[in-house]
Amino acid sequence: MGLGMRLWLENSKPKIDPFDPENPLVVANGPISGTMWPTGGNGHTFVSKSPQSFGLGEAKAHGTFGTELKRAGYDAVIFRGKAEKPVYVWIDDDSVQLLDASGLMGKSPGDTEDAIREELGDYYIRVAAIGVAGEKLSRMACIINDRTRAAGRTGLGAVMGSKNLKAIAVRGTHDVTVAKLDEFMEYVKEFHERMKGPATQKYRTLGTPENVLVHNSLSCMPTRNFNNSRFEGAEKVSGECLNEKYLAKIIGCSSCAMRCEHTCVVPEGPYKGTMTRMEYETLWALGPYCGVDRLDAIIKGMELTDYYGMDSISAGVTIGFAMDCYERGILSQKELDGLDAKFGNAEAMVQLVEKIGKREGVGDLLADGAKFAADRIGKDSYKLAATIKGVETTGYDLRCLKTAALGFAVSFRGADHNRHGAYAFDVKGKVNRLIAEKGRGKLVRDMEDVYNLIDSFIVCKFSRGTYYKELPDMAKLYTLVTGFVTTPEELKKAGERIENLAKIINLREGLSRKDDTLPYKVMHDPIPDEGPSKGAFVTQEELDLLLDDYYESRGWTKEGVPTLEKLKELGMDDLIHIIYQ
Amino acid sequence: MVKIHERKFVSADPDKCVGCQVCEYICSLTKEKAFNPLKSRIRVVRINQLINLAVTCRLCEDPPCVAACPRESLTQSEETGLISVDKDKCNGCGWCIEACDYGAIMLHPENKVVYVCDLCKEKGEPQCVKWCPEEALEVTTSDVLAQKARITAVKKLFQEAVKETQKAT
Repeated sequence: MGLGMRLWLENSKPKIDPFDPENPLVVANGPISGTMWPTGGNGHTFVSKSPQSFGLGEAKAHGTFGTELKRAGYDAVIFRGKAEKPVYVWIDDDSVQLLDASGLMGKSPGDTEDAIREELGDYYIRVAAIGVAGEKLSRMACIINDRTRAAGRTGLGAVMGSKNLKAIAVRGTHDVTVAKLDEFMEYVKEFHERMKGPATQKYRTLGTPENVLVHNSLSCMPTRNFNNSRFEGAEKVSGECLNEKYLAKIIGCSSCAMRCEHTCVVPEGPYKGTMTRMEYETLWALGPYCGVDRLDAIIKGMELTDYYGMDSISAGVTIGFAMDCYERGILSQKELDGLDAKFGNAEAMVQLVEKIGKREGVGDLLADGAKFAADRIGKDSYKLAATIKGVETTGYDLRCLKTAALGFAVSFRGADHNRHGAYAFDVKGKVNRLIAEKGRGKLVRDMEDVYNLIDSFIVCKFSRGTYYKELPDMAKLYTLVTGFVTTPEELKKAGERIENLAKIINLREGLSRKDDTLPYKVMHDPIPDEGPSKGAFVTQEELDLLLDDYYESRGWTKEGVPTLEKLKELGMDDLIHIIYQ
Repeated sequence: MVKIHERKFVSADPDKCVGCQVCEYICSLTKEKAFNPLKSRIRVVRINQLINLAVTCRLCEDPPCVAACPRESLTQSEETGLISVDKDKCNGCGWCIEACDYGAIMLHPENKVVYVCDLCKEKGEPQCVKWCPEEALEVTTSDVLAQKARITAVKKLFQEAVKETQKAT
């Protein structure tokens, strides 16, 4: 990820429009890629300017695509310009061609993968593709590989679509090896054992949907577009219920020794036969966030987001926003194409997903996400849009999770739990989650640095618990693979550099302290529900305290700008000119 | 003479296999000192998210690959059933590949001769079986597979009775 960000920075002009042909789209894998390191072989990341945040956009996916790209001989590929007609790129080891994609337009990413394999005559070709949402420049469009693995966040599918690039197909035939093979294999064996243990149990059993009941019991599950923080229908959409009634198989990515992908099938009813992967965030967004308590409809909605190629978190949060607008009379039933889109209407949720995917009717209004929709709707509807830096928030009620609130506010790619994992301090009770206090800045900073490393290696976040000693374990892995002897301290510094690099990019693109903020409701509507979180919200004073503390712990100014001393200390002298004229 | 079939081969359980390719990685490492699924003797097929299976040589009783070779490069061991390839005779024509119903014999991308699972005879046991995180792979015989299939079928036929006995014990 760090490499992708650096390549994007070096190959782009400041303040470029995300849909400008000269906005580069970078795809990169990591140093571990292509090896049999459990979960480490298979990830890849897309980096570009986000059409949602107008700052740094970044999204990762796992599966089989990244490892194939590595075997084809690439650490990173940069896409620039725009094709005259729809094309897909065919990377066959050293041979790279642009091929006609006119016959693929309108297809889902999964069907595109099948069609390309058929056309090129090799069923082991790996494909990352956009769906209709990306073709139609939906700002929540994602890039999907292996049918269900999405580089989901920040709308990079639309950047790909803006280049008339339908898909990236790869075949790699080269060997991959590591610097210290025997020791590496010993370490692989050890991690295979660790992955059978308690550190990964959650992902191998109930999976992330386990969070539904956990978050609900803490009153920290945003429900009905933040009108509530607990959902009376939680039992019906719980991980327990999902696993009992819908789970068909748990499968794994290339080189993984854990397996987490909960493939669910709807056995009966109007959505019978629907099959897709389910995780907490997507379940939450299309479920409780829209007041929907029917898992069959949630699974259908999820399948449709994969079919059209869009970020299912953004889709769900945007639909929750639209439902809130409807209930408050800001959007009429007529404006919603006749849908009685009140909270809890499962069919309306499914139809809205479909409309957004196709940009059809009201779907055109909503296809760019809640922030853009609010800008078009007016009538103070921005107060209902749960976005940070234009990116829809995820399944944590930040009003009562104040360490997480800081993490979300400062996340370089907008609202996100995956840049810091700071919610863990709150949810696990390691801090008083209801108060903002000094010290949270350091907690978030340290987590960010580690997450930057996890995402640059690239190993799966679900495996993070198997690195018992965290940085020392990661340093050992890096050393064995690359042969560059690396200490935990050096690695930590690399993680810090990546965060500073991201900040430099966002500053160059015009983002500042005012963008490190929280959704309106999080800062104005106290949690109404009886229970442990009642009355909680984040005041401006609290946010300022948290930001000051965080910036200070990072060695940044009050405005959130890395100081000269900090950049010199990190050896980033070559980037100083970008923010200091 | 009636004789129990003793030829062992690697078989994947479709209920357990999740398509993770760990077998491919360890196979190519063992045989070729590199991570490269293209050089693995066992290959994973994913039809969709629910249908995953690793496929390798089943040491057929009457192997069509051996019969199909016009150059007599392939031979089957009487004792173990393993197929061995005479690299000097093989010219990579691919008749054996076409003859195999399972895609278990393949043309090496560099050496241009065919290669096939040999149960890691130099290591004493197939490494894919040893490493499979799901214990989906096993070294087994066709007789044992048949026995297990029968037991499963009978258990299903008498589900209630099986539950009763389990309770009792």
